[in-house]
Amino acid sequence: MSKLALDHEILMTIEKPARYIGGEVNAVYKNKEDVDVRFVMCFPDVYEIGMSHLGIQILYDMFNRFEDVWCERVYSPWLDLDKIMREKNIPLFALESQDPIRDFDFLGITIQYEMCYTNILQVLDLAQIPLLAKDRTKEHPIVIGGGPCTYNPEPIADFFDIFYIGEGETVYRELMDVYKEWKASGEDRVEFLKRASRISGLYVPMFYEEIYKEDGTIDHREKLYDKAPDRITKEIVTDVSDTYYPMKPVVPFIKVTQDRVVLEIQRGCIRGCRFCQAGQLYRPVRERDVEVLKDYAIQMLHNTGHEEISLSSLSSSDYSKLDELLSFLMKECEERHTNISLPSLRIDAFSLDVMSKVQDVKKSSLTFAPEAGSQRLRNVINKGLTEEVILNGAHLAFEGGWTKVKLYFMLGLPTETVEDIHAIGDISNKIAAEFFETVPKEKRKNGTVQIVTSTSFFIPKPFTPFQWARMCTKEEFLDKAYECRRGITSQLNQKRIRYNWHEADVSVMEGVFARGDRRVGKVILDAYKKGCVYDAWGEYFHMDVWEECFRENGVSIDFYTTRERQDDEIFPWDFLDCGVTKEFLLREWHNAQAENVTPNCKQKCNACGAAKFGCGICFEPRS
Amino acid sequence: MKVRIQFSKHGVVKYIGHLDVMRYFQKALRRADIPVKYTGGFSPHQVISFAQPLGVGVESESEYFDMELEREDDLQAMKERLNASMTDGIVVKAIVELPDNAKNAMASIAAASYEVRFREGMEPAFDLSAEIEALLKQSTIPYVKQTKKNEIEVDLKQGIYTLSAEKDKKDHWIIYMTVDASSGGNIKPSTVLEVLYKRAGDKLPPFALAITRMEIFAKDDSGHLMPLIQAN
Repeated sequence: MSKLALDHEILMTIEKPARYIGGEVNAVYKNKEDVDVRFVMCFPDVYEIGMSHLGIQILYDMFNRFEDVWCERVYSPWLDLDKIMREKNIPLFALESQDPIRDFDFLGITIQYEMCYTNILQVLDLAQIPLLAKDRTKEHPIVIGGGPCTYNPEPIADFFDIFYIGEGETVYRELMDVYKEWKASGEDRVEFLKRASRISGLYVPMFYEEIYKEDGTIDHREKLYDKAPDRITKEIVTDVSDTYYPMKPVVPFIKVTQDRVVLEIQRGCIRGCRFCQAGQLYRPVRERDVEVLKDYAIQMLHNTGHEEISLSSLSSSDYSKLDELLSFLMKECEERHTNISLPSLRIDAFSLDVMSKVQDVKKSSLTFAPEAGSQRLRNVINKGLTEEVILNGAHLAFEGGWTKVKLYFMLGLPTETVEDIHAIGDISNKIAAEFFETVPKEKRKNGTVQIVTSTSFFIPKPFTPFQWARMCTKEEFLDKAYECRRGITSQLNQKRIRYNWHEADVSVMEGVFARGDRRVGKVILDAYKKGCVYDAWGEYFHMDVWEECFRENGVSIDFYTTRERQDDEIFPWDFLDCGVTKEFLLREWHNAQAENVTPNCKQKCNACGAAKFGCGICFEPRS
Repeated sequence: MKVRIQFSKHGVVKYIGHLDVMRYFQKALRRADIPVKYTGGFSPHQVISFAQPLGVGVESESEYFDMELEREDDLQAMKERLNASMTDGIVVKAIVELPDNAKNAMASIAAASYEVRFREGMEPAFDLSAEIEALLKQSTIPYVKQTKKNEIEVDLKQGIYTLSAEKDKKDHWIIYMTVDASSGGNIKPSTVLEVLYKRAGDKLPPFALAITRMEIFAKDDSGHLMPLIQAN
């Protein structure tokens, strides 16, 4: 780590040079002569965001346990360095060795949100790797993508050699072995990709073509390599208590977004909220053994020196041993002067008791995510949270001294009416009223109630029951936000409620990418060439440029967002199998329209299809 | 028990700023199981206090922080544990015990010494030794200091304790200086070089200097400079 890719003058000119020097505690250094494969793992966003991501830490640890592989890291250079690297023709480098990425064997990119797509192109471009997979030669690294967005990889299919569908712990070892064999064979690049495409869970997009109907929807897919699989099933870890976990995560020098130990307590979610993609993709629920978690927690706190630990899962309250785990952590953390950062727990007597022990009641806030204002609409989205439960929780919390409440809702959900929108104001008001009833004037020592109501705009995602749903236009979204605000300002306690809403432009673009097909790829490429990058950062998002690129390519935004889809439409992602079947999702789509609630996985099996993986909740006794 | 820790900072970690070095040590103390004392409350803090911040891009032979311990611990064992948890470039050089009534040394910092070299290809065209000799003969050393709002003229004469230069075997300049580092009169090594360049009718180019802080000093009762590791 003695040499740096950037010289002193550059490092002294840019913001936060420590983003680019590597050498953090627990970063892994190997002798490059001693390994067969050099892998660099990328999170295509700025260092502070990328370093907060657990998935990369897991894979970084896994790869570096392989003796023949050295895995390093790279993140998107911030715009100040981006400019300098282009001016001075400095190739993008990996943090550990500071070697150019173009000389590596693999560039792995985790794709966590759609708005990072131009950052992927930035990384390839700065690394001096051809942006299109078809233009790459044997001299270039294999570019492999993973993460939730690969469940509809088609808009970015042209940029990747391989997509890894599913959980990363399972078939990378096999891929490394296939790569070593291929490298020794001296065969061409396509031959390696052919071999890779025969490994389960790996998708090589260049071996397929989308054929469209006259109306623009997909007619079918054609294979360009006959041995490539017709369908690709996601990879899954069946025993999450016996797999890789980073006991020595890298500790950044600079403050990052998640500056703490992260303990992943389970994967998947029993709930089946119909808007939620993660809730379907990561089925079935698999819990980590509580003893294993206790051991991980202690080791990780010791190895990092972090002053905080947090639990990670889609719904921590559903973890069966949560009481035991939290009691253990509270005791350990008190001895170690370490904080526990609680995830959003279901508000009840237990969680309030825990919260009062680890947080300052005066400063902390309660979080409810009803997602929809009315019970009718909550039934449509299958969010099993009732007004009674919310008000009971709030009542208990107000008795315990809390005064701050955060409420999260979505606007633009299927079947939503103006009454549903106004109900957001109603429930916010009822919570304020609950405070005034619960806490008499003389007991309001922590001040009065403060409610923050936030709305985001609903974006239909692949592999959810709402993948058929129409998405709103920007104008409709803004009208809804206006109605919501009107609903709130007409309330008796409106002065106690603050209202925030999300940007509409970015939501529209996210909607296109989420359900886009291969025709969207050239728009992304053009937008990048016109300077779009860091689209996830509001201030750098340029809707006018994006709209121009769609127009110039003759690609319609509305086709992907506001168009109603027929039940039998072939979607760009239908060739992927995440376990949950299209039949189940369609059944759920019809249930939503009929306002029928579907029980959660602990109550009853709804035959979603995920049982085929042979693990998790699917094989546990039900209550 | 109160202790003072002396550490050095070399190589790429020179690009880590002062606040991040503090965070780095807070985590290192936990990794090394140092029985540091904590404040109470919901977000407990370690009772530690750092000496002079070191500028980004500057290396150091001798940085300091003081901390209070919850219980007695063996100084040598602590040093070994801490060094086992360090990243490349940061080395704990010494841990000494402070008397319980030790005053806050951080507030009594008087001076710091530096070694300054030039980055490759940036050596001055004039004779540094001669300029230094002439500069030290001046009765005052005026320097126009840019503040946020305006410019003020200060005299550096009193703040320069020692200043000399010599050439190493490769014919590269090394400048040695001990200058005021107190909160009221802190002098940056680059300021001294700026003044020398100006005297020689030249201008110090940006990013020309490679600076290493060698020691931080307090003043003893008789007014003599004493390294912080000995002052308590």
